Amino acid sequence: MKFNRVEITEEAAEIVEKLKQQHGDLIFHQSGGCCDGSSPMLLSKEDFYIDDNDIWLGEVTGIPFYMSHDQFEYWKHTHLTVDLTSGRGASFSLEIPLGKRFIIRSRLLKEEELTYLNK
Amino acid sequence: MNYSKPKFKEKYGNFINGKFEAPDDGEYFDNHSPVDNKLLAKYPRSKESDVKRAIEAANNAKDAWGKTSVGERSAILMKIADVIEANLNEFAQMETADNGKAIRETVNADVPLAIDHFRYFASVIRAEEGSATELNENTVSLIIREPLGVVAQIIPWNFPLLMLAWKVAPALASGNCVVLKPAEQTPASATFLAEKISDLLPPGVFNVIHGFGPEAGKPLASSGKVDKVAFTGETTTGQLIMQYASKNLNPVTMELGGKSPNVFFSSIMDHDDDFLDKCIEGAVLFAFNQGEVCTAPSRLLIQEDIYDAFIERVIARTEAIKMGDPFDMNTMMGAQASNDQHEKILSYIEIGKEEGAEVLTGGAAKKLDGDLSKGFYIQPTILKGHNKMRVFQEEIFGPVVAVCTFKDEAEAIEIANDTLYGLGAGVWTRDAHQLYQIPRAIKAGRVWVNCYHDYPAHAPFGGYKKSGFGRENHLMMLNHYRQTKNMLISYDKKKLGFF
Repeated sequence: MKFNRVEITEEAAEIVEKLKQQHGDLIFHQSGGCCDGSSPMLLSKEDFYIDDNDIWLGEVTGIPFYMSHDQFEYWKHTHLTVDLTSGRGASFSLEIPLGKRFIIRSRLLKEEELTYLNK
Repeated sequence: MNYSKPKFKEKYGNFINGKFEAPDDGEYFDNHSPVDNKLLAKYPRSKESDVKRAIEAANNAKDAWGKTSVGERSAILMKIADVIEANLNEFAQMETADNGKAIRETVNADVPLAIDHFRYFASVIRAEEGSATELNENTVSLIIREPLGVVAQIIPWNFPLLMLAWKVAPALASGNCVVLKPAEQTPASATFLAEKISDLLPPGVFNVIHGFGPEAGKPLASSGKVDKVAFTGETTTGQLIMQYASKNLNPVTMELGGKSPNVFFSSIMDHDDDFLDKCIEGAVLFAFNQGEVCTAPSRLLIQEDIYDAFIERVIARTEAIKMGDPFDMNTMMGAQASNDQHEKILSYIEIGKEEGAEVLTGGAAKKLDGDLSKGFYIQPTILKGHNKMRVFQEEIFGPVVAVCTFKDEAEAIEIANDTLYGLGAGVWTRDAHQLYQIPRAIKAGRVWVNCYHDYPAHAPFGGYKKSGFGRENHLMMLNHYRQTKNMLISYDKKKLGFF
């Protein structure tokens, strides 16, 4: 694929790989709202119900990244990178016990990327 | 009075069945203060076995507690309020150390509101009555409210003690036992409260479990032995908790945040008086509690003909916000609650700039001196842009407001409602018609009219749209923690005649 909507940093991918071994198949779901919202949540694939209300943005280090459709409407012009920081989230995201937290870095998609991705 | 970081013990336990207990596997996590990133204390990193024990204790206590008279429960809630009041300064210092917010807020808002909340629910249950209706001359319908049993409550870190009070006071008042999981960023005040009230409640009625979402939150939210789950947090975890509850056919209430519009109409500038001064403060309330409020007025909508004059004064007032040591009574804005929040807020300011938002003030971290240089501080920030930008659509949960203009009432309503959320909103005007019609047109559970960030215990609070459902505060809250028992009584001696 020439362009993508979502990527992951090496540091974040390392943690995902580690958690994959511990928990099996995983997914990212972009959260919204209060407190720890506006951050990506790493969840066990079996645990979280995905349906047509979610949109698949791509794969990062072999796991799918989803966001709800209505949220995507406001995000669709931006490129996302899953990054890692130290911290203590209060959600159910699987990296939290490690004292780490995934965060999203964003940039605007360029014209040529948008043309390609909207095809 | 001088305020300072209170003394903490080295480590604390879970509060289960009226006693503090070490976690089964002996694991603890470090809780640091966002004020200076220094260690406060260790709290249990609980796992499923600890959670199960707390749920069991609550189940063992529920029958006796559910049968206590409202008079007894009311008296106990009053005593809890008295205990918090007697220790107000200690609770306030603990909240500031744990969350990072300025001491003037914890002393004047967080703790007094929590006290009042316990008193409010202690009072309303004494005044409440069920109903008896004579459906016909031989049939009477009695409606009696019964407690659900055991309630699981997962609370956030932005107002640790107050959010505890919002959930725990009505649950106990209506006769339920509680298993509470405080946020892992802010475990201090729930533990301190448990210490102070351990002799007021029968063992098992109020339990506090510490730990991380995937390890302790999940077994609590998915347990088949709880009768309800109440959650405040973000949307993905909200969905997950609802999925777990669906397996148990349990009721849930969800408070999931917002992106609240704060709408200022031209008439506010008709006079330069106290009311205009109040409006300026109302716009700057985005910085209240460092912006870490589900209802933060994070979208500022200003009618275009007053934009230049009004925003100039809003910027000046924002720049007068005094940042510094959160324990100094003169400090207006303290630290963000954690490093990851600090990073997230800064990343949003960056994407805002890249999308073309203009930074009217702030726009960066705040560097403080000495020990505070290790804390998580951000300058109050105003970004000018348009409502389709991500900084207008996503909850940043920091001291960042996104401002845009509108032409007329129709456009104000359109922009205000162009969001996934519907928790809070503010409307500011001197026009009597707008005072009623605009709030009615905004799809949000709480619309403040010529005020903002007021949270009296007897005004219902909760969201429309993706902000969740169910309400908190107000006596209607009691019914979120109760069943309706209907006794349908026949005084007719004659049979139906069917068989």
